[in-house]
Amino acid sequence: MYARSLFPRDVFAELDRLQREMQQAFDTGPSIRGLTRGYPALNVGGTPTSVEVFAFAPGLDPATLDVQLEKGTLTIAGERKAPEVPEKATVHIGERFAGRFRRVVSLPDDVDPNAIQARYRDGVLHVSVRRKEEAQPRRIAIQ
Amino acid sequence: MSNKTDIAKGAASAAADKPREDAALLPPVDVIEDAGGITLWADLPGVPKDRLNLQVEGDTLSIEAELALAVPEGMEASHVEVNLPRYRRVFTLSRELDPNKVEAKFEHGVLRLRIPKAEYAQPKRIEVQIG
Repeated sequence: MYARSLFPRDVFAELDRLQREMQQAFDTGPSIRGLTRGYPALNVGGTPTSVEVFAFAPGLDPATLDVQLEKGTLTIAGERKAPEVPEKATVHIGERFAGRFRRVVSLPDDVDPNAIQARYRDGVLHVSVRRKEEAQPRRIAIQ
Repeated sequence: MSNKTDIAKGAASAAADKPREDAALLPPVDVIEDAGGITLWADLPGVPKDRLNLQVEGDTLSIEAELALAVPEGMEASHVEVNLPRYRRVFTLSRELDPNKVEAKFEHGVLRLRIPKAEYAQPKRIEVQIG
């Protein structure tokens, strides 16, 4: 948040600002950090044949990413290093996540643990797990 | 609330009244200043290089980017934390920074901007003569 005066000079301007901030917080949600539950942010979705997990994990070496599927639980873990700060430098803003992280997603029962694909592109890890053949909707031919 | 923008309300309020499709995520940044200039890091995951738009206009630096994910057809989202398709963040540069020499690097969804200080603003060591 921005630094603001300790003593509001104009009550109406302050109310206006408050209303603006409330509107932003509830309507559009402008902050990626305020609304997520940690690093990386996750989007999860499904199609009739697969379960898709998107982890927004920018700035990683894909080789250091640890993706595991065990008993229907998908774990994404790794570490992100902070940028190097040269000597005598000043950090004005430091908002980006640094350190070790781990996020766990519980997948539906019908996924096939042997049919999993993980791809890292543009800082997003996309894990796609196929659903088991027998769980997929099937059209039954009438004899 | 009326849809008309009251001129007396000022520009900041007008910006908040923009329609929803213009809404954007605020990317987290690191800003580090050393003697030669400023280095800015911004997290923009899911943005391909050609959807990143950097602009310096006067003393305003704006970063705008659009997400492009390889979402399979017919996918229904069940849990969403990144809920908008674009990022936007605007900074005001100070006068000693040289906007003509901005260097940008974009890799794995992380933008690194180097904004050097203008020649005249570089720190100079002054010899102190004794005598």
